[in-house]
Amino acid sequence: MSGLTVTDLHAHHGRNDVLRGVDLTVKDGELACVLGPSGCGKSTLLRIVAGFHPATTGTVTVGDRVLDDGRRRERAEKRRIGYVPQDGALFPHLTAAANIGFGLPRAERAARVPELLDLVGLAGLGDRHPHQLSGGQQQRVALARALAPRPDLLLLDEPFSALDAALRAELRTEVAAALRRAGATAVLVTHDVDEALAFADLVAVMRDGRITQSGTPDDLFHRPTDAHVARALGEANLLPAALNGDEATTPLGTLLLARPTGRDDAGTVMLRPRQLRLLTRADTDSWTHTLRATVAATQFRGHDHRVEVTPAADGLDHPLIAYTDTAPPPVGTSVHVVATGPVHALPAAGAATTAPTGDLARHQAR
Amino acid sequence: MTLTSPSSSAPLATRPPRSSRLGGWRPGAAALPLTAMVVALLVACPLGFVALEAGQSGWDATRQLLGRPMVLTLLGHTAALTAVVTAASLVLGFGAAWLVERTDLPLRRTFTVLAAMPLAIPEFVHGYCWVSLMPSVQGLWGASLVMVSSLYPLVFLPVAAVLRRSDAGAAEVARSLGHGRLSVLWRVTLPQCRPALAGGALLVALYLLGEYGAFAMLRYTTFATAIFTEFETAFDMTSASVLALVLIALALLIVLLQAWVVRQRGRVVRERTSGRPAAPIPLGRTKPLALLAMTALVGTAVGVPVYALGYWLVKGSSTTLPSASIWSLTLTTLGYALGAAAVATAAAIPVALYAWRRETRLARAVEQTVYLTRALPGIAVALAVVFFAIRYAQPLYQQAPLLVAGYVALFFPLALTAVRSSLAQVPHAVEDVARSLGTRPLAVLARVTVPLILPGLGAAFAMVGLTASTELTATLLLRPTGTDTLATQFWTYTTGLAWGAAAPYAAVMTALSVPAVLLLTRRTLGDSRTHTTREAGR
Repeated sequence: MSGLTVTDLHAHHGRNDVLRGVDLTVKDGELACVLGPSGCGKSTLLRIVAGFHPATTGTVTVGDRVLDDGRRRERAEKRRIGYVPQDGALFPHLTAAANIGFGLPRAERAARVPELLDLVGLAGLGDRHPHQLSGGQQQRVALARALAPRPDLLLLDEPFSALDAALRAELRTEVAAALRRAGATAVLVTHDVDEALAFADLVAVMRDGRITQSGTPDDLFHRPTDAHVARALGEANLLPAALNGDEATTPLGTLLLARPTGRDDAGTVMLRPRQLRLLTRADTDSWTHTLRATVAATQFRGHDHRVEVTPAADGLDHPLIAYTDTAPPPVGTSVHVVATGPVHALPAAGAATTAPTGDLARHQAR
Repeated sequence: MTLTSPSSSAPLATRPPRSSRLGGWRPGAAALPLTAMVVALLVACPLGFVALEAGQSGWDATRQLLGRPMVLTLLGHTAALTAVVTAASLVLGFGAAWLVERTDLPLRRTFTVLAAMPLAIPEFVHGYCWVSLMPSVQGLWGASLVMVSSLYPLVFLPVAAVLRRSDAGAAEVARSLGHGRLSVLWRVTLPQCRPALAGGALLVALYLLGEYGAFAMLRYTTFATAIFTEFETAFDMTSASVLALVLIALALLIVLLQAWVVRQRGRVVRERTSGRPAAPIPLGRTKPLALLAMTALVGTAVGVPVYALGYWLVKGSSTTLPSASIWSLTLTTLGYALGAAAVATAAAIPVALYAWRRETRLARAVEQTVYLTRALPGIAVALAVVFFAIRYAQPLYQQAPLLVAGYVALFFPLALTAVRSSLAQVPHAVEDVARSLGTRPLAVLARVTVPLILPGLGAAFAMVGLTASTELTATLLLRPTGTDTLATQFWTYTTGLAWGAAAPYAAVMTALSVPAVLLLTRRTLGDSRTHTTREAGR
């Protein structure tokens, strides 16, 4: 067992509090992703787990080893935790093979290095120096180097951000596959939602030094616990609603809740842009309730259209966003907005749940 | 799958005995900052010793010493010389740099190397070359002529480096906005070079304050020569140290002035990113004029000394045979110089590492302290070491270790700059990654960090070693009794007006300095074949 458990972790840089009570659990063999904007403390979290930065209070445990409890720290070189930084940080004076073999006892190198070169798809390139490799190849070497000593845990700090978009998508799929083949437990930090959703079994959204929610990508996308998490995972329409058992009355009519809240009060429901459909007058007949709106802006994105509409209803200050497969009506056209599928009600503010509950909910859902 | 949440995993319950598995703060963690601070203190302590010695005399005596008319004369001499030499060096250095970097002047590469070459000729050898050929070269104008032709490369090199690296786009945009070439030169190119000009001027002024040999030869009294005379002939340590304190105050004043000038205007000089060099400006009909000016500059600064050395080498060997001891003297000199180079380079590693790893205020303060010692005039450092030895380490006085210590104190900033700039090229994360792979900190240093900065260590060693091998002032004060270096033997001959006998020593010193200057030129201007471009290209 080599899962990672972080409990109530606090840390500071100089006078700034960077982490303010982080809780995170990653189980053995799981690929986790910490998602957050730059400056939210996600890199610091990684550096504390790796042993490069001290925690103020809180504990970091891998398997049954306590690595940092705010007073005593295991040294980085004793932790058996692999680390892949943003730029790879290959040792420029060593070949790819020597880089990969760096953390291995001399006797094991001959056997293990070719195996890892194979794993990351660089067989035959072991003699190259870092400057003779492309950016993507360098990152693969960095990954192989971190995996070579069979670490209990692998940490990846925005490892793909320096690459161009196409290569980034390709490499993250490959890396995720390689990690699963190696049976590694890994934590990746990123500010890129696509990366988080594509890579991870478990996503933890981080803001202002705390993890606001963690769960499966599906869980976070469809059942966020607050507006910030909802928006962190993609665009979201948040509408005021009167909750009543398993229904919510919204400006879009009375909609079925994905999960009954058991609450009978005013709240907020979330609809992803894909849940909104725009209708012209002709095909509104089959809908009991529609919301009149005006098309404010449209953007063609290749795979779909992003449409902003201004609702003609009181209490809706923000434009609604819808993604449509077919070309939307031109700007200024009057349309009817309808909602499809059940909607998710955000938990009441103040009762906002954090990581543990998110985790529980996720396991109950299974 | 088991139900896990942070609260149920209860790490506290399963925590192993703390002492056996976890490490607390170890002494090792504090070793680097401590070493760095000790080195910085050692290097900066000369200042304290001079102050201590000066303080021995008490306030009244100090005021009396400073009230002498001689001090006013010295101040006047020093100020006049500093003003003339700095101004002339700025004009010549900038002009030469602009010609070789931005115009279509023929033989630009050759001129670049030649224009930097005066640095290979120690100032006192420069003085000797002029005085031995033309005894009328003396006083303020003689001193200015010699010092300008010897020091203008200190402006030329940094300005040329800025011109080579800065974005030519700014000049092109200015042209497109309707400015003529001269207007662009004045309003765009010159401001771009402002920090480099200020830095060069600072170095020129500091060299002037600390120089003894050349001024003694040109019979121009400055603070440095006065301090030397007070100490060597009158053996008046208190008077010497009071004067040294004034000299240090002047140096610090100049440092502050330079910092103020640099801060005055925006200093955002975007480095060229496109890799596209500026199109050379055609000189047109002024080309012969520019060529003539450049030739005159190089002819004065390099041609005259080379001619003088050649003349005296030929003439000297026909009359008085050069002493056969020159080779053993060279070895002695190199022994001391390379010893100092090894110590300075080794000591520079912890300071550079500390400043590089931790960007804390303390780390920056330690590094800044060391750089500030660059402002200490050589003669003040030498005096401080003498004071220290006489007061606290009598047995060491006029012993070999003291001379080495003096060289280290003098040239430590040189070593630090070289080590620091090579460290700056190392990505920070490599040390972290190496540790995460299970390598102990000392092993990380040996397997990763040191191999990566090896070229920088080599440069530091070479720069300190070659510079120290032509040092005169401190050597005269600190050398072990009965020991001579190339510089002191040369000095003995020239004070006896034995121009011919002195020439071989001057020639060997110059030859020893040439590699250092080539190294400096290449490091300052950058070489397209070095690994930096390789790094940038990936």
